[in-house]
Amino acid sequence: MNKAIMIVGVGGQGTLLASRILGNVLISSGKQVKVSEVHGMSQRGGSVVTYIKYGDEVYSPVIEKGQADIIISFELLEAARWMSYLKEGGELITNTQRISPMPVITGAQSYPENIEDKIRAAGVKLTAVDALAAAEKAGSSRSVNVVLMGVLSKLHNDFDKELWEKAVEQCVPTKVLEINQKAFALGRELV
Amino acid sequence: MSKLMLGNQAVARGLYEAGVSVISSYPGTPSTEITEFASKYPSDKIYCEWAPNEKVACETAVGASISGARSFCAMKHVGLNVAADPLFTASYTGVNGGMVIAVADDPGMHSSQNEQDSRHYAIGAKVPCLEPSDSKECKDFTLTAYDISEKFDTPVILRLTTRVSHSQSEVEELEPTEYALKDYNKDIAKYVMTPANAIKKHVLVEQRTAALTEYAESCALNVVEDTGSDIGVITSGICYQYAKEALGDKANYLKLGMVNPLPVKLIKDFAAKCKTVYVIEELDDVIETHCRSIGVDVVGKEKFTYLGEYFQSTIKKVILGETDSFKEFPEPIPVRPPVLCAGCPHRGIFYILKKLGVTVSGDIGCYTLGSAAPLSAMDTTVCMGASVSGLHGFNKGRRGEYEGKAVAVIGDSTFIHSGVTGLINIAYNRSNSTVIILDNSITGMTGHQNNPANGKNIYGDPAAAVDLEALARAVGINSVRVVDPNDLAAVEQAVKEELAKPEPSVIIARRPCALLKTVKHKPPFKINADKCKNCKSCMRIGCPAICWGEKHVTIDQTLCVGCGLCTQLCKFGAIEE
Repeated sequence: MNKAIMIVGVGGQGTLLASRILGNVLISSGKQVKVSEVHGMSQRGGSVVTYIKYGDEVYSPVIEKGQADIIISFELLEAARWMSYLKEGGELITNTQRISPMPVITGAQSYPENIEDKIRAAGVKLTAVDALAAAEKAGSSRSVNVVLMGVLSKLHNDFDKELWEKAVEQCVPTKVLEINQKAFALGRELV
Repeated sequence: MSKLMLGNQAVARGLYEAGVSVISSYPGTPSTEITEFASKYPSDKIYCEWAPNEKVACETAVGASISGARSFCAMKHVGLNVAADPLFTASYTGVNGGMVIAVADDPGMHSSQNEQDSRHYAIGAKVPCLEPSDSKECKDFTLTAYDISEKFDTPVILRLTTRVSHSQSEVEELEPTEYALKDYNKDIAKYVMTPANAIKKHVLVEQRTAALTEYAESCALNVVEDTGSDIGVITSGICYQYAKEALGDKANYLKLGMVNPLPVKLIKDFAAKCKTVYVIEELDDVIETHCRSIGVDVVGKEKFTYLGEYFQSTIKKVILGETDSFKEFPEPIPVRPPVLCAGCPHRGIFYILKKLGVTVSGDIGCYTLGSAAPLSAMDTTVCMGASVSGLHGFNKGRRGEYEGKAVAVIGDSTFIHSGVTGLINIAYNRSNSTVIILDNSITGMTGHQNNPANGKNIYGDPAAAVDLEALARAVGINSVRVVDPNDLAAVEQAVKEELAKPEPSVIIARRPCALLKTVKHKPPFKINADKCKNCKSCMRIGCPAICWGEKHVTIDQTLCVGCGLCTQLCKFGAIEE
C-alpha cells in the first residue's frame, strides 16, 4: 500500500531540506520513493509544496486533492490552504507560526482567525505545535524544518529513530549539525 | 549503488557515465541543476561552463562535437528559441562526437512566461527527441541519446518537463566509460554550410529521418505493455506515470520514449488491438496529430486540454469518470504569491519608479516580481532582453512622448544574455531611452549562478568580469552612472536626472543579492510603538518582513535583514535598531 506525505510551507522555510531528510529515511528503509519539489519563482516567499510518495511501486510523483495520508505544514495559513489534499482519515501536523502573505500585509485580505478550530471542526485530525519556539531553543529559528521532522518521526514510528538521526546527519551541513540534532530531539518532545 | 536523485541530477550522472567532456549552458528553471550537478564531477573529465546565453552554449557544444568530443548543453524551453539558430543547421552538419541538447519544458508555468512545447523544435529541425518519465530513465536515455547521436550523425534533443526534472526517484550509479576523443578531420562538405553543401546535406537529413523512423518501430525506447484491456493509451514522459497511477491494469500502454520521429507500424499495430485509444500528452497534440495522419483514430484533445499540467486525476476523470473526495477549509484563504525577499536590492528601484509614475519596460528575473502589488511598477515583460529593445520601440512608437517618463529595467545576467544588443540599438538609433541595469552580482531567480559580470566562473574560481560601465560607454552611451538602490534619495535623483537628459543613458543600480552568503546582514529593525503613528508609509515597499500586527505595524524579527530601506520612509523615526 503506497503512502503519500506532503510538506508545505512558505518559500525560504527549508521545506526542501525536510523532504530530503524524509526521502533519505524512506530509501534507507528499502521503500520505492518518489519526491516532487518546486524550484524557482515559487520559492521567493510564495506558498511551497513537496510531495513524498513511497511504497512497493510508485508511479506519479504528484499528490492531488483527497490523496494525502499526512500533511506537515510549516505555517498555519498553509495548513488551511492544503487541507483539502488530505484523504478521508488523513492527518495534518502544523507549526503554529504565522507568516503574513502579501495581500494580508497590504491590507487587501485578512489572515483567517481560529484556523486550528476550523480545521478540527471540518473533521480533520490535527496536531499543532510551536516549532518556532523549539527551533529557537535549539539555537536557530532556521531549524523549524528539522523540529517538524522530529515531530513526524515520533507521531509515525514506522521507522527507527536511528534511521532518522542518520538522515539528519547526512542531509544537514556539518556547521549546523549540532543545532539541528537538538532541534530534532526537541521536536520529538513536542508530541 | 542506488540513490535518490532529481531528474536533472540523473541527467548529469548520465553525462558523466557517457564520457561527455564539454558542457555549456545558460541557467533556466527547470533545467539549471543538470549543469550544476555536472560541475561537481572532476573538471578535467567533464568541463562545465555558464555561457552568456543559450545560443552561445549551443554553438559551444556544436564546436566541441565537431572537434571530436561528446558535448552537451541544457536550457529551459524558451532558451531553445535563442538556440534555435545553431540547432537547425547543426541538424545538417551532424556531429563528430555525440551531441545532446537537454530542453526542459514547463507545463503549468511554475517559473516561465509561456508554455511552449519543445517537441515542435525537434520536428522542425528534424532531429530525434527522447523523453524520459523518471530519474532512472533520465540517466538511461541520456546514454542512449549519445549512441543515437553518433549512429545517426545528428544532435539529439532530450526533452524534460518540470515534474521529471524536479522529481526524485531511484537511480543506479555505474562506472563512467572512458570516451576516446574522435579524430578531427577537416571536412568542408560536412561542416561548411554554404548553399551548395547544405543542399546535399538536406538530402541526407531526409534520409536520416526515414532511418530514425525505422529505428523507432523497434527500439527499446518505445515500449508496449499489453494487459489484455480494450482501452489503449499512447503516452510519453511524465504522463505515462500519471496514466499508470490512474488506470493501472485497466489499459494497454504504448509508452513512447522517442517522441520524434514517431513510429508508424508500431502505433497502427497497437491501436488495432484496442477498442478505444487515448493519446495522453501535456501541451500540444503532437502524438495525436501524427496518429490521425497515419489513419489511426484516437481520443485526444477533445477530452484533454492544451493547458497546464495533467495529473492522475485528470486521466481518472476523463477515462474512468472517477474523482477523489476531499474537505475544503470553510473560508477563502489569502493567496501567497512569491515576493521580492526582505532586503532585496531591487525593492528601492521599484519604489521610486512607482513614486515617479514612470512607465517600466520589464524583463525576466527575480525583479519581474516588481510587477506585483503593492509596488506594481512594471508595464511589460516578454522575454530575455526585451526590456531594452522594447523600450526603444515604445519610445519610437510614441514619437518621443514617453522619452522622459519611461525606463527599462534588466538584471546583470539578463543584460549580458541579450540586453546588450538592444542597448547597441538604442545608442546607434538615438532613441533617448534610459536603461536601468539591476546589478546584483548573480543570476538570482534560478538559484544563484555566477555570470560573466560577477567575476566568477561556474566553479567559483576568479574569472574575467564584464565592466558594465565601460561596456555601456563603448557601445555609445555617454551618460552612465552607478547608484546604490538602497539609497532612495540617490535613486530618485538619478532617475529624474537621466530621464531629463536629451540623450540615451544607463543607470547601474549596484548592490549584491541579499541572499548571497557573502552579504553580511545587520540586526533586524524594530518598531517603536510610542513613535509609530500608524501611517503605514513603511508598508508601501512591499517588504515581507513588515506586516500589520494587532494594533500597529510590526517587523518580523526572523525575516528582517536590517537593510534599512523602510527607515528612509518613516517620517517619525519610529523604526529603530
